Amino acid sequence: MKGSEVRRGYRRVDAVLKVTGRARYGSDFDGGTSPAHACLVTSRIARGRISRFEETPVRALPGVLEILSFKNLGGRIKPGQTFPTGGYMGSSVAPLDSTTIWYAGQIIAVVIANTFEEARAAARQLKVEYIEEPPTASFAVGHEGVDFEGQTEKGPAVGDAIGAHTAAPVKIDARYATPTQHHNSMELFTTTCAWKDGKLTVWESSQNVYGYQYGLADQLGIPPADVRIVSPYLGGAFGGRSFLSQTTAVIALGAKMIGRPVRLEASRADGFTIATYRAETRHRVRLAASREGRLQALIHEGWEVSSRRDTYKVAGVDVSTRLYACPNVASSVTVCAADRATPGFMRAPAEVPYLFALESAMDELAVALDMDPIELRRINDTQVEPIEGRPYTSRALMQCFDVGAERFGWNRRNPTPGSMREQDWRIGFGCASSLYPTFMAPAAARITLWADGAAQVQTAAHEMGQGVRTVVAITAAEGLGIPLDQVRVEVGDSSLPPGPVAGGSNSTASVCNAVAKGCQDIRERIIAAAVAAAEGPLKGMIAREIRFIAGYLVCAAGREPLRTAIARLGRGALESYAENSPHGTPAGGVAGMYKGQPAFTGGTFLKDRIQCAFGAQFVEVRVHERTGEIRVPRLVGAFAAGRIVSPLTARSQLMGGQIWGMSAALHEATQMDAHHARYVNTDLAGYLVPVAADIGQIESIFVPEEDSLVNDLGIKGVGELGNVGLNAAIANAVFHATGLRIRELPIRIEHLLERLS
Amino acid sequence: MRAFAYIRADSTDSALRGMGSPTQPDRLNPQVQYLAGGTLLLDLMKLEVLSPHQVIDINGLESEYGRIELTEGGLHLGALVRMSQAADDARVRRDYPVIAQSLAQAASAQIRNMASLGGNLLQRTRCTYFRDTSWQGCNKRQPGSGCAALNGPNRQHAVLGVSDQCISTYPGDFAQSLVALGATVETVGPTGRRSVDLEALYRDAQQPELETNLLPGELITGIRVPAGPWTRNSAYLKIRDRVSYEFALASAAVALDLSEGRVREARIALGGVSYRPWRAREAESVLKGQPLTQANATAAARAAFATARPRAQNAFKVELGQRTLVRALLQVAGQTS
Repeated sequence: MKGSEVRRGYRRVDAVLKVTGRARYGSDFDGGTSPAHACLVTSRIARGRISRFEETPVRALPGVLEILSFKNLGGRIKPGQTFPTGGYMGSSVAPLDSTTIWYAGQIIAVVIANTFEEARAAARQLKVEYIEEPPTASFAVGHEGVDFEGQTEKGPAVGDAIGAHTAAPVKIDARYATPTQHHNSMELFTTTCAWKDGKLTVWESSQNVYGYQYGLADQLGIPPADVRIVSPYLGGAFGGRSFLSQTTAVIALGAKMIGRPVRLEASRADGFTIATYRAETRHRVRLAASREGRLQALIHEGWEVSSRRDTYKVAGVDVSTRLYACPNVASSVTVCAADRATPGFMRAPAEVPYLFALESAMDELAVALDMDPIELRRINDTQVEPIEGRPYTSRALMQCFDVGAERFGWNRRNPTPGSMREQDWRIGFGCASSLYPTFMAPAAARITLWADGAAQVQTAAHEMGQGVRTVVAITAAEGLGIPLDQVRVEVGDSSLPPGPVAGGSNSTASVCNAVAKGCQDIRERIIAAAVAAAEGPLKGMIAREIRFIAGYLVCAAGREPLRTAIARLGRGALESYAENSPHGTPAGGVAGMYKGQPAFTGGTFLKDRIQCAFGAQFVEVRVHERTGEIRVPRLVGAFAAGRIVSPLTARSQLMGGQIWGMSAALHEATQMDAHHARYVNTDLAGYLVPVAADIGQIESIFVPEEDSLVNDLGIKGVGELGNVGLNAAIANAVFHATGLRIRELPIRIEHLLERLS
Repeated sequence: MRAFAYIRADSTDSALRGMGSPTQPDRLNPQVQYLAGGTLLLDLMKLEVLSPHQVIDINGLESEYGRIELTEGGLHLGALVRMSQAADDARVRRDYPVIAQSLAQAASAQIRNMASLGGNLLQRTRCTYFRDTSWQGCNKRQPGSGCAALNGPNRQHAVLGVSDQCISTYPGDFAQSLVALGATVETVGPTGRRSVDLEALYRDAQQPELETNLLPGELITGIRVPAGPWTRNSAYLKIRDRVSYEFALASAAVALDLSEGRVREARIALGGVSYRPWRAREAESVLKGQPLTQANATAAARAAFATARPRAQNAFKVELGQRTLVRALLQVAGQTS
């Protein structure tokens, strides 16, 4: 079962359902019968309180059934804890609790009406006045010697970094900035709630159905057993559906109050404030090296924005300090409070901003050393992380660079910036390292093998488009030796055996290891009966030599149809309920899984080792020398992520990640009106993501890697890996094309224009 | 969106009758609106920037106003011709490439298939403070309420033709190509038919709530583009952050009549940088009679932006607008790609 053999020919098991519109997403459910429709009213101020709330005329408008606000829901919804503090919420602000406004776009009322149009028209009529205080929109400039006001925590450190930086012959000291970003999944934030016999069913796209179940029960003060979350398919999530948003509990109470299912389809603009987002970051990176390029010091300081209520941080120094061999390391993270919603997980939350800074600085160091940037990474490559000296379970970073460089044609790169041109376009080649920690969490799965040789797998994993149904089906098909189309997979429902939150790229590793265990259990029971049988071709054979292949039990001496072997057990079906508890799972980790609080382990969390997937990102950019447009004709990424269960879906994930990375470098940024601490580009015309015309040639290459330590199946996970480092690779390529070092994302025409010829 | 009455007009007369003749027309938020492609009107109705009581669907008049005609005197485009129809028309592409290119680079394929040419001319700005009614400072939406964009995020905003009342950008592309070529629009209204110079149709930014000189109830029925030796030698260059489906940061519509390397006549309009479709006559004068060199193109571009008034985040548009024009001029003159 181990190894990284590439399986070809597997399709996405739900492909036909998806392209024929039969796959049902959270938004596709109507809660049973004729739901009422909800529309949100949100605050236009970022700080202050509501002074007047005139709902009486709105209650009289056509179709209006109920208006939810602090007036009738104040104190009804328990404020939950945020995920990093052991809770389930994106924010600790209890919805519709009081007149206090914590951020612009906070929900202040929900209008429920018979139709969507009536609810929306009525919501617009609600007259609300505020007493407004001047908000802090983002980083507040600090006092003398302090960059920004905030709470600082020291990060990983070893040696004397400041001293070594001062003494070293070649050094870099640079500041970088990344912008606010929002997930903007294609599917909007929708919730449909229905009560029946005191029990609540919620249809809402979620990458954490157990967390939503337990969190919602806590918010509403009802037993978790009375809450069910249904989310068979998600139209994108990217971290934005990891935590309960501000809407679910409110819609659940609304449905209870009117005695009818209620459906909310929040607008695209609402999606910018009712859930989480990636907050802007600032960095100062100091690197120092010997003249041969050996790192002597690495100091990474990060600044992040969180809300006034919650201290959320991504603290990417955890990985940025461990990527290269370096004897002297220091780091810190400062969190600055602003009048904003609480940020949350988004697409490699820590690695995207922190590796932008580090991998840009590495490129600057290579320039200062007059050294090829790949060679600089090779000189500082390590199999042992430099802080605590823990070994990587496997690390194929340089193999990725070598394979990627070959495919990309890195040797055609003239290192002199601005030296490569074609007509009016300047050409730049850039590269950067990618890394993503291999996190794992406990997971459970129920495997049922029927007498006819077909199987079913049930686990509350989450199908976000990443292909979890496909990897689970492949694992079960291989584990039971049956054709892929004989495996039925059920995911995305809190009534199934628990799977962890689909975050941190852990799903494939966590869930498939549980599925494989369940299959092994079933195999062992079948084999035991077959070898102990009074007759049959496997009678008396050695159990461990029997394989399950293509519907047969096979060993050197003979074979027996699987159905015959199952029939011997005298049952209609064999069932196995498997739990997997990965290496390093803390005490209580499995119990936590059953309450939607899976204990994440792996990555940088382990005492005895460190486990990460690696990659090398290569890009070609073209910059128009007159008008400064940046185009990306080629992306080549080479990735080593252990065993690839499903090459088809893994490649799609990596490719999507590479496009995200390009998007983060050149397109995505939420713009803010700083006077009002409000976002202004809250639609897909203003919040840019690449269109098909922006995408050139993309190659996503798997570099073979076997890792027998990381978990039984040797899986690392590719969900976020393709995204990391690409922003820096693009900035590095822009430097190579133009000689201009842009340390702020996204890179825009205005950054280049004044300094182009 | 508020409830509204929907009427289908089957003739010009029935359209005008549906419009009626209100004694005190609300020019800010007309209570009766014509509906063609609907790509703008429905959008703004959902946002409640516009909230008409009645909508008159004029798509039934397509047989009358849906044709493209090419004569020696020029090009005639019916107001109900769809953007994609004109962009794909072989005659337009051959004889008026600047028009075809401006249309092909606008919006998305879906929108181009729906949107009418008449409606396209009346596009409203994308300024957030205008489109989102929860903002309080927008003189265009609420006269006298101020302009939040002056000191807000104004990267996308205009540098030419702006005022202290409004710095919003005219977002379209097609109108620039028409203004460059000196097009006129034909209208019909309660007081009869008339023909208006397109450039003069757009008002300045002093009173931003009034964008055009169309009379209440007046309907654009067609566009007439005069022929000229420059129309074939023309192009539309649009610069933006992504390759497609985005409004211009800067654009230039350029048509040149060249003789032995010298400019006999230049027709230039600018987009993405201006409050309204912007004819750059100063740039045209600089080029007239001169050889089309990089130096002359640069001088022309400088003249075009002499009156620019940038704000904090859009100062780069002064430079980008000039570079865009220079590139477009050299491209039409065959000196660059």
